[in-house]
Amino acid sequence: MKQQAFEQAREQHWHEFETQLAALESRRKAGTGFPESYRLVCQDLALAQDRGFAASLVDRLNALALRGHQQLYAARAARARPIEFLARTFPAAVRREARLVGIASLLFYGTAILIFLLYGNDPATVYRVLSPEQVAEFEAMYDPEAPHYGAPRDTVDDLSAFAFYVRNNIGISLRTFAWGIFAGIGSLAVLILNGLYMGVVAAHITREGFAGTFFPFVIGHGSFELTAIVLAGAAGMKLGWPLVAPGRQARIAAIRRAALETVPILYGLIAMLLVAALIEGFWSSNQTVAAEAKLAVGDVLWLLVGTWLGLGGRRRAD
Amino acid sequence: MLDTVHTVETPEGVQLALRTAGPVPRALAFGVDAMVRSFFYSVALVGVALTVPHLADALLLLLLFLGEWFYPVFFEVWNQGQTPGKKTVGLRVIRQDGTRVNGSASLLRNLLLAADWIPGTYALGLVSMSVSPGFQRLGDLAAGTLVIHVEPKPASAPEAGDVAPLAPPVALTLEEQRAVTGFAERARFFSDARADELAALAVPLHGPSGSARQRILGIGAWLLGRPSGGPA
Repeated sequence: MKQQAFEQAREQHWHEFETQLAALESRRKAGTGFPESYRLVCQDLALAQDRGFAASLVDRLNALALRGHQQLYAARAARARPIEFLARTFPAAVRREARLVGIASLLFYGTAILIFLLYGNDPATVYRVLSPEQVAEFEAMYDPEAPHYGAPRDTVDDLSAFAFYVRNNIGISLRTFAWGIFAGIGSLAVLILNGLYMGVVAAHITREGFAGTFFPFVIGHGSFELTAIVLAGAAGMKLGWPLVAPGRQARIAAIRRAALETVPILYGLIAMLLVAALIEGFWSSNQTVAAEAKLAVGDVLWLLVGTWLGLGGRRRAD
Repeated sequence: MLDTVHTVETPEGVQLALRTAGPVPRALAFGVDAMVRSFFYSVALVGVALTVPHLADALLLLLLFLGEWFYPVFFEVWNQGQTPGKKTVGLRVIRQDGTRVNGSASLLRNLLLAADWIPGTYALGLVSMSVSPGFQRLGDLAAGTLVIHVEPKPASAPEAGDVAPLAPPVALTLEEQRAVTGFAERARFFSDARADELAALAVPLHGPSGSARQRILGIGAWLLGRPSGGPA
């Protein structure tokens, strides 16, 4: 059969198929018979390719078949259930990566504690890591003699602080994750650097005697924020590690599979950082709350995060 | 044959051809997206300044955050894989197996923009695109996605013109048939001199006498199966 005759015979069917496609692409129903129509179009495409028909016809059928393929095999996204996700799926995902989370925690907290213990008494250390302006900024933030202490802060300023922390902290964590693709080295480096930073600042603040303002401030949101940073680092290492040790798969395929497994952790850590930003913006710097209360609440939050991630989604062993 | 084609074998056993897009159209689309984003921000800035100026800082920071990280994700998931920039340039994001891009794939490929940015102006992403056979940057590799050209819809079926069909003097392979019919369908877009130049290349198909172009067009019409005496 020549191309002309073929086109004339099949044009009607292709036109109907196109109508069905248009309906499906506008999220309307397309009536029955779509899979059968699609299979016939695929047959026509194979035939046109095989007979060497003109490229214009083959391209047209190819485009139709591609659109049909996308409609037929579109993955129906499972309805998002945020409560169940946060209560069960996310903690379970975190526990599945317990080894990497452990390594990330060690890198982060370990570095901080090490620096604190080794260089806690050396006043010069902080200036090796931060510039004098940054150090002055920190001191001003936590100095109990500073003018902003004792004065209540406006809700609007709280909101601005919240927005700032959202953008800053979530951005940093997502970058920590992304840089893990280089065999996990990027995430590792960020974790160590942040641990160093935290250790040095904590040591300096304690030595200056501002511990009474510093710890009540950070302990509230610290539970969510620090845990999220550790999770971002762990997710990044999970993403990049298959580059070095792909197991039985091709490297790229192994990375792809690992990447899919990090997605629940990503959603969860974004949620945690939102909570941390809320706490940091509206609660942590609230001057009307006593330091003891903040410490107590902070302890409770740490316990909460630990219990949630440790026990959430566990099935009872009956 | 251009080799920037990624073939997907479907469960129906047919090969779908996807024309992957290289760094240049993607950079263009990125530029357009950047402009669209700036426009959104400006509109938002004006809107916020007029209605709730005391919340300007907060709202704009939040908007910037959402725009930086989630603007492409939103469009790729809810607009058939096309951000406004990609739509303008005629590109689409799909998964490697030919199916539509979903939330996870879109999230991964866009979060990894931070890795593609290294050391600046997406240098690593461009290198990755140049090296990978499917023009995939790091985000695409991790998420298993491709950026393809969307075929423009042909305005009308191409005409082979009203030339008398002529049987070819030699048997033609499929590739050669394709070349001849392609020429026949596109001849009206060429200048006469160009068409003659191209037709002159197919020496075995045209004899020493008569216009080479007319003969090739005739053979094209015959291959397409046009009935003798006039266009379809």
